[in-house]
Amino acid sequence: MSNLYRRRLFFNRFNLVMSLGAMGFGMFFLLWILGVLLYQGFTSLSPTLFTQMTPPPGSAGGLANAIYGSVIIVLVATFISTPIGILAGIYLAEFGRGKWVASATRFINDILLSAPSIVIGLFVYTVYVAQVNHFSGWAGSFALALIAIPVVVRTTENMLLLVPNSLREAAVALGAPMWKVILMVTLKAVRGGVITGVLLAVARMSGETAPLLFTALNNQFWSSDMNAPMANLPVVIFQFALSPYDDWKSLAWAGALLITLTVLVINILARSVFKQASVR
Amino acid sequence: MNMETTLISRPEVTTAALPPSPPKMTIRKLDFHYGKFHALKDVSLEVAERRVTAFIGPSGCGKSTLLRTFNRMYSLYPGQTATGEILFNGHNILEAGTDLNMLRAKVGMVFQKPTPFPMSIHDNIAFGVSLYENLGQREMDERVEWALTKAAMWVEAKDKLKQSGMALSGGQQQRLCIARAVAVKPDVLLLDEPTSALDPISTAKIEELITELKEDYTIAIVTHNMQQAARVSDFTAYMYLGELIEFSETDQLFLKPKRKETEDYITGRFG
Amino acid sequence: MTASAATAAISLPMNAQSESRSLREPNPPTRHQAAGQWQDWLFERTTLFFAVSVLAMLLFILLALGYSAIPAFEKFGLGFFTTNVWNPVKSEFGALAPIYGTLATSLIALLIGVPVSFGIALFLTEMCPAALRRPLGTAVELLAAIPSIIYGMWGLFVFAPIFGDYIQPALTKVFGNLWILGPLFQGAPNGIGMLSAGVILSIMIIPFVASVMRDVFEIVPPVLKESAYGIGCTTWEVVWNVVLPYTRVGVIGGIMLGLGRALGETMAVTFVIGNAYRINASLFAPGNSIASALANEFNEAADPVHRASLIALGLVLFVLTTIVLACSRLLIAQLAKGEGRKT
Repeated sequence: MSNLYRRRLFFNRFNLVMSLGAMGFGMFFLLWILGVLLYQGFTSLSPTLFTQMTPPPGSAGGLANAIYGSVIIVLVATFISTPIGILAGIYLAEFGRGKWVASATRFINDILLSAPSIVIGLFVYTVYVAQVNHFSGWAGSFALALIAIPVVVRTTENMLLLVPNSLREAAVALGAPMWKVILMVTLKAVRGGVITGVLLAVARMSGETAPLLFTALNNQFWSSDMNAPMANLPVVIFQFALSPYDDWKSLAWAGALLITLTVLVINILARSVFKQASVR
Repeated sequence: MNMETTLISRPEVTTAALPPSPPKMTIRKLDFHYGKFHALKDVSLEVAERRVTAFIGPSGCGKSTLLRTFNRMYSLYPGQTATGEILFNGHNILEAGTDLNMLRAKVGMVFQKPTPFPMSIHDNIAFGVSLYENLGQREMDERVEWALTKAAMWVEAKDKLKQSGMALSGGQQQRLCIARAVAVKPDVLLLDEPTSALDPISTAKIEELITELKEDYTIAIVTHNMQQAARVSDFTAYMYLGELIEFSETDQLFLKPKRKETEDYITGRFG
Repeated sequence: MTASAATAAISLPMNAQSESRSLREPNPPTRHQAAGQWQDWLFERTTLFFAVSVLAMLLFILLALGYSAIPAFEKFGLGFFTTNVWNPVKSEFGALAPIYGTLATSLIALLIGVPVSFGIALFLTEMCPAALRRPLGTAVELLAAIPSIIYGMWGLFVFAPIFGDYIQPALTKVFGNLWILGPLFQGAPNGIGMLSAGVILSIMIIPFVASVMRDVFEIVPPVLKESAYGIGCTTWEVVWNVVLPYTRVGVIGGIMLGLGRALGETMAVTFVIGNAYRINASLFAPGNSIASALANEFNEAADPVHRASLIALGLVLFVLTTIVLACSRLLIAQLAKGEGRKT
C-alpha cells in the first residue's frame, strides 16, 4: 500500500468519524436538553399547576391562568391564520401560475417564514397596541397569527401542487365552477396534508415567547378578557425563570415542560394521525 | 394487394343497420395552437348524433387535442388557443362569452386515468348532478342507482355506496367515472383513451358499455388501439400530425381506406 | 331495475315508448343556471387579496417600524449605528453594541454550527444505515421543535455553570496566551456572555442548516457519485470533490438560512448574554444583541426617544434578516432550478 493511498484512507476514516461525531454532538445536546427539561419539569409537576393561578413570589401556586390564556390566544390565532393561509395558498397553487404576483408572494412568504419573531411582536405593538394604548390578548393572537400564516401558506401550496391536473379536469368536465373544483375536490384530496400544515403552525405558535412580550404582556390573575393583558405560559416562564425566587423557578420549569410536551405531541399527531394519503 | 387478410376482422353486427343520423357537433376549419406550436390544422368533420365516432392516429397526431376542444377543456390553460368553428346545439362554442360550465354539463368527458373524487361513491356521482339540478334525497339516490346501472356497476357498488371512490379497483374506478359522466345526462360523451390504463377484462366490459351507451348518447372516443376503434365505432377519423387525413364510416376506413397514409397506418407500417 | 332494461336490443325503434326505454333514454334534465361566473370571479379575487396581503406584510412591517423609529433618527442621525452609548437617563442612544452583539453571536453560531451540520448531513446521506435514516433525521428536526425559551433556561441554569467551571478556564489556558486569539478568551469565566450565547445559538441552528444540506445532497444525481466511486474515490473524496461543489450554491443558501435564524433569535440569547451594553474584545464578557435588548428593555422604556431607539434597533434587525433570508432563498432556488425541481 503506497503512502498516498494510506493517507487517503486515513483522511477518509478521520472525516467519517468526525461526521459520526457531529451526529453524536447533535444527539448529545438533544438528549441533554430534553433530559434536563424532563427532570426539572417533572419534579415540579403537580395537579395544582392546573388549578391554581400564578402566585406572587414566596407563595405556592400554579399556572392555571397562564395555561388558559395561552390556549385561548393560540386558538384565536389559529382561527385567524388558517383561512388566510389556506386561501393565499390556494391562490398560489391554483390561480397564480405564471403570474408575477404569485412568484413575489412565494418569495416574500419564505422570508417571513424565518423572520425574527420579536420584530413581528414589535410591529404589532406599533400598529395596534400603541394606537389603542393597552396590551391585549387580541394583539397577542394577531402577532402569533402573523407567524403562523407563512407556514400554512407554504404547506397548503405544496400540497395543492401535488394534485394531478387530471383530477381538476375531471371536476371541470362536469361543469363545476372553479371554486367548487378547488374547495370540494382539489383541496379535499389533500386535506390530510393541509391539516398537518395547520398543526405544525399551531405547534410553532405554542412555543413562541418573543411576540407576546409586547402584545399580550401578562396578567397575574385569571382573565378571559381578550381586550386586556392576558396571562400566557411563555411570558410567565420568562418572568419566573429570570427571577431569584425558587418557587417561581420551579413553576417556570413545569411550564416549560408543558409547552414542550404540547409541541412534541402536536408534531407527532401531525406526522402520523393526519398523514396524507397518496393523491396520485 | 391482400388488404383483407392483413386487417382486423369485424364483428357480425355492422353499422349498415343504423339509419343515417344528423350531426350533433359540426367542426369547421378548426386550428389549434399550443403557444406557437400549430397542433391542429384546418380540421373539419361532423360528429353524428347517437353514434360512436373514433379518432385514431399515432402519438402526437392531435386526437386528444381535438377531443379537448369539444368541451373547451383547453380554456383552463393560458396560451392554448383555438380558431374556427365548432357548432353545437346551434351556436359556435369557440366564441368568447360561451358559458363554459353549462357547455361542460352537456358535453361530458372521461379521462385516460381513472379520477375518482375524494368522496364516497354516492357523492362522486351526486357531485355533478347537484351542480345543475335540485334533486331531493330520494331522487338523487335513484339517479345514482340509474347511473351506476348504466355503467354496469350497480351490483358491485350497491353495498359500498358510502365507501370512498378511491378504494375501488382501476377498472371499477373508470366505470365509476363513466357513471359520473352519464349521471348528469349530457348530450355528448367524450372518451379520451378510456381503457388504455386498464386490464383486458375491464377493457372488454367498458367496450360493451360504449356499445350500449350509444343508444342514448353521442360518443366521441380517442383511442390508440385500432382494434378497439374497429370494434366499437360507427365512424372513424384518422389523424396525422395535426391534420385530418381521412374520415368515414368505420367499415369503409378499415376495409377500403381512401388515402395511402391511412392504409399505411392501419396496416402497421408505422406508428 | 328490470332485466329488460339491461338487455335492450340495439334495434329497438327510436320512438318506442316503454318502461325499458325510460331507463335507457335520458330525459333531458331540467338544469338551473348555475351562477358560476361571478362566484368564480369573487373567489379568485378573495384568494388574490390574501396572497397580496402576505406580500404587503413585509412592506407594512418596514413602514411601521421605520415610521416609529423616526424620533431616534431625527435625534441621532446616522451616527446612531456607529456610536456605542446607551443611556436612558440622559436619553442618549447608539446602537453599536447590540449590533455588534448580534453579529458576533451569530458568527460564533455559524463557525460551530455549520461544520457540525455538514457532518450530520454527510452522515445521514452517506453513512447512515437505511433503517436509521428516518428516526435520526426526525431526531435532528426535534432540535428545531424545542421552543427557544427552553434553550434559554437550559443554557442559563445547566449549561452556563458547566461552561464557566470547565470549558472557559480550559479555553483560557489553551488560547489565552496566543497572539490574536488570546484576548478573545480572557476574563472571568462565569459561564455567560457572548461565547455562551454563540454556542447555544449554534445548537439551535443546526437542524435548519443540516436539513437544507441534507436535502441538497440528496439532489445530486447518483450517477455522478457512482462515477467517482467507480474510479476508486473514498466516501470523503466523493463528498468533498463531487457532492459539495455540485451543491455549493444550495449549501451557501442553507448557511444563510441558519444565519438569518441566528440573527433573530431572542430567548436563547437573552438568558445568557448578560445584558450589558458593552463591546469587549473578550468573548467571555457580557454583551447584548438587538433581540435581547428589545426583550429586556422595551416594556420598561418610558422615554419616547428610548422607545424609538429600540424600535430602530428592531428595524435594523428586520432589514438585516430580510436581506440574508432573501439571498438564502435565491441561492437555494437557483440550485433547485438547475435540477428542474421547485424547492
